[in-house]
Amino acid sequence: MDLIANLSMGFGVAFTPVNLLYAFIGCMLGTLIGVLPGIGPVATIAMLLPATYALPPVSALIMLAGIYYGAQYGGSTTAILVNLPGESSSVVTTIDGYQMARKGRAGPALAAAGLGSFFAGSVGTLILAAFAPPLTELAFKFGPAEYFSLMILGLIGAVVLASGSLIKAIAMIILGLLMGLIGTDVNSGVARFSFDIPELTDGIGFVTIAMGVFGYGEIISNLSRPDDEREVFTAKVQGLFPTLEDFKNMLPAVLRGTTLGSLLGVLPGGGALLAAFAAYTIEKKTKLKAGEVPFGQGNIRGVAAPESANNAGAQTSFIPLLTLGIPPNAVMALMVGAMTIHNIQPGPQVMTSNPQLFWGLIASMWIGNLMLVILNLPLIGMWIKLLTVPYRFLFPSIVLFCAIGVYSTNNNTFDIWMVAAFGLIGYLFLKLGCEPAPLLLGFILGPMMEENLRRALLLSRGDWSVFVTRPLSGGLLAASLLLLIIVLLPSVKSKREEAFVEE
Amino acid sequence: MSIKSQKDFFSGLMFLVVGAAFAWGATSYSVGTGARMGPGYFPLLLGVLLAILGSVIMFYSLVVETPSGDKIGAFAWKPICYILGANLVFGVLLGGLPSIKLPSMGLMVAIYALVLIASKAGDSFKLRDVLILSTILAAGSYLAFIVLLKLQMPVWPTFIAG
Repeated sequence: MDLIANLSMGFGVAFTPVNLLYAFIGCMLGTLIGVLPGIGPVATIAMLLPATYALPPVSALIMLAGIYYGAQYGGSTTAILVNLPGESSSVVTTIDGYQMARKGRAGPALAAAGLGSFFAGSVGTLILAAFAPPLTELAFKFGPAEYFSLMILGLIGAVVLASGSLIKAIAMIILGLLMGLIGTDVNSGVARFSFDIPELTDGIGFVTIAMGVFGYGEIISNLSRPDDEREVFTAKVQGLFPTLEDFKNMLPAVLRGTTLGSLLGVLPGGGALLAAFAAYTIEKKTKLKAGEVPFGQGNIRGVAAPESANNAGAQTSFIPLLTLGIPPNAVMALMVGAMTIHNIQPGPQVMTSNPQLFWGLIASMWIGNLMLVILNLPLIGMWIKLLTVPYRFLFPSIVLFCAIGVYSTNNNTFDIWMVAAFGLIGYLFLKLGCEPAPLLLGFILGPMMEENLRRALLLSRGDWSVFVTRPLSGGLLAASLLLLIIVLLPSVKSKREEAFVEE
Repeated sequence: MSIKSQKDFFSGLMFLVVGAAFAWGATSYSVGTGARMGPGYFPLLLGVLLAILGSVIMFYSLVVETPSGDKIGAFAWKPICYILGANLVFGVLLGGLPSIKLPSMGLMVAIYALVLIASKAGDSFKLRDVLILSTILAAGSYLAFIVLLKLQMPVWPTFIAG
């Protein structure tokens, strides 16, 4: 079977001592930074990206994938122990996870999150391996019109699933697209919106945007809140392993979460986030067994299901990136940036022209998930120690790592001025209630969208109807429209707002 | 007419202004036609779209009632100034500033300066703790970034390292 042959090639690449080491370092660093409250996976990856510049491409991507899983897992740890979701997809984990921690059951909660994630990650990896080749086939049938429509679908999907105001999220995407256009236009060689600043003719570095908006913007807003709201349950973590009864309760929840997560993760947009919410809602709807703790008061299913769902979703969200080259969310947008730095153009051709990298990355995803379990269950005490470090020591360190990371990207102080500007802008966004994740997605897609629009219209001699008359492209656009309509339906709209308020 | 949602009003205004600025800027490049898109075509399209969305957001903020008025609240100027200031000083010290003939002071000096200034942004500031923290971070960064990752950057002031 192809699948097995491919996977064994992948494991051959990933199981070299060097790559295993990088996967390990990635998971370790990712968890280390991800555990810190207020630092989500996007900021973590942006901050650690420079550390991978010197590596060969395969190792760099393996390490980045490790960082991503680590950051995600670290975020769950913070959600359970501190009631602070590191990222939007672990928001639901805080509901029951934190309650479990308050009752002295932080250990089983963390184990449930870890084991559930591992199982979901393994399933997700298999799905990714099985579906990537046929989807890649499909991708080769895509012309520029299809790519353009697909990006529209991806962007619409991203805002539909984002929390908060829909129209503001769309505006943020367009702002991101516009910012992505700054710099030299590849076709005419004209430097656009560069204000005669030589550094700007290369465009704005995406690391500067990610770091400024997600890193500095959030540090500033964290500092402006009084810090006495936080309560860390550190002394009370004892007895890591769930009881037999916990396992019995967990298992069906993990299975449901995994199924849901794998399905929803493929969708363009924040699949992992939606999956976590949906999984929790479904668990809440199922009947409680006799003697089971109600939801919202520390039910282990309320941790296991959303955690499995968001990890499965995180896994399958690699599918659109690896097969079509289109990032479905902000984290994947960063991965695109990372691939470009290593001279890999993400897209269907990666699998055929660079199979070692493709299957090696997929295999290392599974290894990364395994490592997280091995790493985190015994080391949980260490992460907890880290949470007791006062914020006044943490934030100067984070600022420092951001600054060094930004400087080392190009060895250029101009980037440091830019990141300061984006820190201010990011804080402004937070103040104005504009979510920054769609901006980053738009920023990465901007040049790609323009290029595909240009080509599609060139081929059709300026006729816009080509986007509707080509069946694949028309279908994708119809799907985006449908998504928008569904979200704008009054009944769904109120539910959606409800779902995102329920924290 | 009064502003019902302050956050939406000002974010709408921001989108409107930025969109208009991009659209206006795009007209200075050749716009071209659909079949032969010039460098100004796509930015003009997006800029206009952004400006329209911005005005819609502003319109809603004047019409739709919100319970609390969605106040933006005070800006946290202290952390803004110290955090971003620390970042700027770090850049100046690390790279030097040729325009005022300031030589590069290197990573070590820059780290101490950054940590000292950034720490000011917090509520409590104890000089002793901050100095210990900077020393740990300086040593750690030297090990991680210079020794292990071999990043190319000036470590010591140029007048010492030469």
